[in-house]
Amino acid sequence: MNWRHKDLLEISQLDADEIAHVFETAARFAEVNQRPIKKVPILKGKSVVLFFAEASTRTKTSFDMAGKRLSADTFSLTKSGSSLQKGESLKDTALTLQAMNPDAIVIRHWDSGAARFLAERLTCSVINAGDGWHAHPTQALLDGFTLHQVWGSFAGKTVCILGDIAHSRVARSNVELLTMLGARVRLCAPRTLLPAMVQTWPVQVFSDVTKACEGVDAVICLRLQLERQQAGLLPDLREYACTYGLTPRHLEKANADVKIMHPGPMNRGLEIASELADCGASLILDQVASGVAVRMTLLHLYLTRTRISA
Amino acid sequence: MAHVDCLIRNVSWEDRSCDLFIGEGRVLELAEAGTVAAPADMSGSEIVDAGGLTLLPSLIDAHVHLREPGQEYKEDIRSGLSAAAGGGFGQVMAMANTSPVNDNASVTRFMLQKASEAFPHGPWVRPVGALTVGLLGKELAAAGELARAGCVALSNDGLPVENTELFRRAMEYAADFGLKVIDHCEDPWLGKGGVMNEGEVSSRLGLKGIPTTSEAIQVARDILLASYLDLPIHLAHISCRQSVELIAGAKERGVKVTAETCPHYLLWDESRIESYDTSVRVSPPLRTRDDVLALRQAVRTGVIDILVTDHAPHAAHEKEVTFADAPNGISGLDTALSLTYELVRSGELDFADINRLWCWNTADIFTLPANRMRPGDPADFVLFDPDLAWVATAGALLSKGKNTPCLDKEVPGRVMAHFLGGRAVFSRLETITLKRS
Repeated sequence: MNWRHKDLLEISQLDADEIAHVFETAARFAEVNQRPIKKVPILKGKSVVLFFAEASTRTKTSFDMAGKRLSADTFSLTKSGSSLQKGESLKDTALTLQAMNPDAIVIRHWDSGAARFLAERLTCSVINAGDGWHAHPTQALLDGFTLHQVWGSFAGKTVCILGDIAHSRVARSNVELLTMLGARVRLCAPRTLLPAMVQTWPVQVFSDVTKACEGVDAVICLRLQLERQQAGLLPDLREYACTYGLTPRHLEKANADVKIMHPGPMNRGLEIASELADCGASLILDQVASGVAVRMTLLHLYLTRTRISA
Repeated sequence: MAHVDCLIRNVSWEDRSCDLFIGEGRVLELAEAGTVAAPADMSGSEIVDAGGLTLLPSLIDAHVHLREPGQEYKEDIRSGLSAAAGGGFGQVMAMANTSPVNDNASVTRFMLQKASEAFPHGPWVRPVGALTVGLLGKELAAAGELARAGCVALSNDGLPVENTELFRRAMEYAADFGLKVIDHCEDPWLGKGGVMNEGEVSSRLGLKGIPTTSEAIQVARDILLASYLDLPIHLAHISCRQSVELIAGAKERGVKVTAETCPHYLLWDESRIESYDTSVRVSPPLRTRDDVLALRQAVRTGVIDILVTDHAPHAAHEKEVTFADAPNGISGLDTALSLTYELVRSGELDFADINRLWCWNTADIFTLPANRMRPGDPADFVLFDPDLAWVATAGALLSKGKNTPCLDKEVPGRVMAHFLGGRAVFSRLETITLKRS
């Protein structure tokens, strides 16, 4: 497949064929990740800048490892280690990086639209590693790939996303991807953590976790940011844990083979019971492994595409 | 008829062909074309054929931010008035959120001084004094001093006033000096931190939203106060149906409320933010299509009394940031008439409406001079070519503020000449010079 996109900003840019291609390719790279020598020369000589203005363990390491396993040179830039701290604008940071002629910039930033802002100004590929509340397409793709490895097909599957939906780029991207793949999507959250006009989204909305989990095939738990209580969106964290934290009893009427997922990092005992994170139904660590394979796939697709000249 | 200094034949006035007679800087007569003969003695006079150009009174913009003193890199009084002149505005009411704030006579006098240095014959700055000291919403500003220095109204714009008791006292105190209060209606807590309208688009884009209710809550408060005190109140930049419905109800009950909206709320909705385009980040934000339709109807029926630009220039680099980091504001003086003309073209409004919405109603509300095209009125007028589209390039915009979604786009209709007291303050015409005797 000749990849026709310069940038990966959000899931809606991709069609079903492209997603299927990503999954197929990721499966092959997953195999590379099991070899004693975890390296292929596909991106030798390519430069990938990892511009993480917001902190990250998983995504950043995952992209870094993905780039290195494909033999690319990766360069890391964080907020504290950069002149963003001195007030340098995003625009200037981007132009400065571009002047060094990277092949791709992977960006995570606290503002929605930041990835698009860069993509519109840079000639290199821009891959969105999470922009504000807006989108985290690579997370959705790795979540989708993880489930794809288990289920094969999403037809007839129901997935519930549980937690702070309003502020979640993971939720937004997963809703896009899962509905595109044919799954039924449920959202469960207190009303204060649901986005405005959520009734226009192609989802079913619940406020009761047990009901939301009836017959469900997978639950994706989202991290609750502890600042939400300060913002007056929640009474307190204990209330949240008691009412919305996922525990085994909530899953009594779920599908017997229900899978538990979490993009990480987790607040054990808050949004997810500690034992659920570690149980046999948990795919949380599989997600991490998938993440490297999916990001290898994306770097490969975006950096080896044939540029279409005007 | 007194001595005619200039006769402009064949102007289009409210879609009728007319002749305009001018003498000693005043309108002598505006007559249907060919019905009034020129006097026998026309020596030293100019006779010009306007070729059907549209005649408008010189317009009044009741809501601009000229940024001087303090933020001259965005705009200064000279560049702002240049844009006003070229945009057809002979009077602009300049808001007080300068630095220092215009809450005292020195700043008011400074602004007037700067204006008369740059443009001794107009366009004119009409300062709007701060409602509260420093716009902080805690203490009343000295309305009497501001009135004597030349302020024509008071406002806390671009900030709302949270303290209802203080707002009540400010309305009362201002009234003693014949000054109206213009209120920026926004609940300071509901939607705090929001950057666009709260709704379907903000949800999808992952941007914090401000619900329309935030504006409507203070609109309701102001209406209730105006009713209770039997005092007038003018509501700034109305952006939504909820507010329109409250204002309509209040007017029916005889409450002394007047209201304004801007061309951007009549033309554009929140869908323009899909691309995170900072040129449409504005406060209050662009709302839904339904709100746009409600505002158009409100303008047609008179629920909304006037149009204003809320001219809010910013330096280009300030808007070249992520959406959440961008300052609010659209630079509007250069394009206001063209954008309004889009509504004329689509049949929403006609030129008679423009006279009322952009001049006469504004003059009535704030007791300002205006050219009603009656004998003796100042010869303050605009010649506008509706058929001449132009591209709003950075060079074509006279304001320092290029932050408009019209940038580098074609807009319809262009001001060809602008006269104040019969003297050209702006002209792209070679043929009309208009001497003043």
